Amino acid sequence: MKLLTINFLTCARKTCKSTPASFPLHPKEAELEQVETEMNPLFLRNILPRLDWEAMRMLTTELGLPNLPAETPAPEELVVATTTDLDAGNGDDRASGPSQMARDLHVLLMETSIASGKLVCGNCGHEYAVKEGIANFLLPSHMV
Amino acid sequence: MLPTPSTSHVNYDRIYEPAEDSYLLLDTLVLSTETAFLKDRFPPATPSPLVLEVGTGSGVVLAFVTANAETIFGRADIATIGTDVNPFACEATAETVRVAVTEQAKVGKASGRFCDCVTGDLSTALKHGSVDVLIFNPPYVPTEALPEMPTHSEALGSASRDNFERDSRLLALSYAGGADGMETTDRLLGQLPDVLSKRGVAYVLLCKQNRPQDVLERIREWLGGWHADIVGTSGKKAGWERLCILRIWRP
Ligand SMILES: [Zn+2]
Repeated sequence: MKLLTINFLTCARKTCKSTPASFPLHPKEAELEQVETEMNPLFLRNILPRLDWEAMRMLTTELGLPNLPAETPAPEELVVATTTDLDAGNGDDRASGPSQMARDLHVLLMETSIASGKLVCGNCGHEYAVKEGIANFLLPSHMV
Repeated sequence: MLPTPSTSHVNYDRIYEPAEDSYLLLDTLVLSTETAFLKDRFPPATPSPLVLEVGTGSGVVLAFVTANAETIFGRADIATIGTDVNPFACEATAETVRVAVTEQAKVGKASGRFCDCVTGDLSTALKHGSVDVLIFNPPYVPTEALPEMPTHSEALGSASRDNFERDSRLLALSYAGGADGMETTDRLLGQLPDVLSKRGVAYVLLCKQNRPQDVLERIREWLGGWHADIVGTSGKKAGWERLCILRIWRP
């Protein structure tokens, strides 16, 4: 499962839902894999405000991945001018492409996946298994 | 006419086969009234909407929405996610979406971004307030009882792929709706005020035996000023619509 997905999930237990500790879930014994996918700069730009940045920072730290910047990057940090035709004397020939920051975020959110392991609730300690890239949020009947 | 995603890889012994209800959802989501509503609600440059399909089955609906995001939302920068109690359905959904997105890329069209399909009960794994569009084709057939949910330990395991009893139960879970065919739908409706974002909207399929008019009226009485309307119908028989799609939202 992609790391982006974890931004939208919490513990499935009703009693945990309203407690801040049930988000984000904490990876445990996670086997990561890299699944290449084409980058979409517009998606990246507009998904950024959907991220709980603190949670994403915590997740990358717990997974031993490179640290994220302290604050959510601003949209202009996601692009760099790639070609500049100075002779043209106007901005029309300037093209922009994804910055290194954008590439890194794409790799982190869209390409880095948990192939197997567990996701642990910070409130109740319940461990949700991830197998073959699919997380299982079904609860044993006594916990529903 | 947009192409229906291919589900030729799906094993219908244990996963619900796309049927009239699935196609009604697809047809409704591309009605000009619905695309206009969604484009107005999620204008370009606003944060990417998150689309959740609950009970994806083969994944045909989620794949369609992901691949046709541009048509439906007027923007391809949407995120999609699915849940199903059946782990095999989760596996199938990921593949159906992958194929549909690849087909779109071949004709040079951008698709939305699929996150994952997770095994779970309805929307219980989702963070409160995170879902912008929720789509549900429920088990709506009135039955005496609900089939048992898959147990925690039963969920996934390529080791136990052949298990006839489990497979028929998983299949039953995809259509058997208990009393009035509403037991599972009522649980999902109860989750909407929590799981939907402020701009959230839900599309829920009902059949005639679910008494759609009663459901509409119940939703309109929820606290917080909820609206509900029938926005798509199919299967006209002697003046009765057999199936309909409810749109539920806060204006
Ligand atoms: Zn918990």
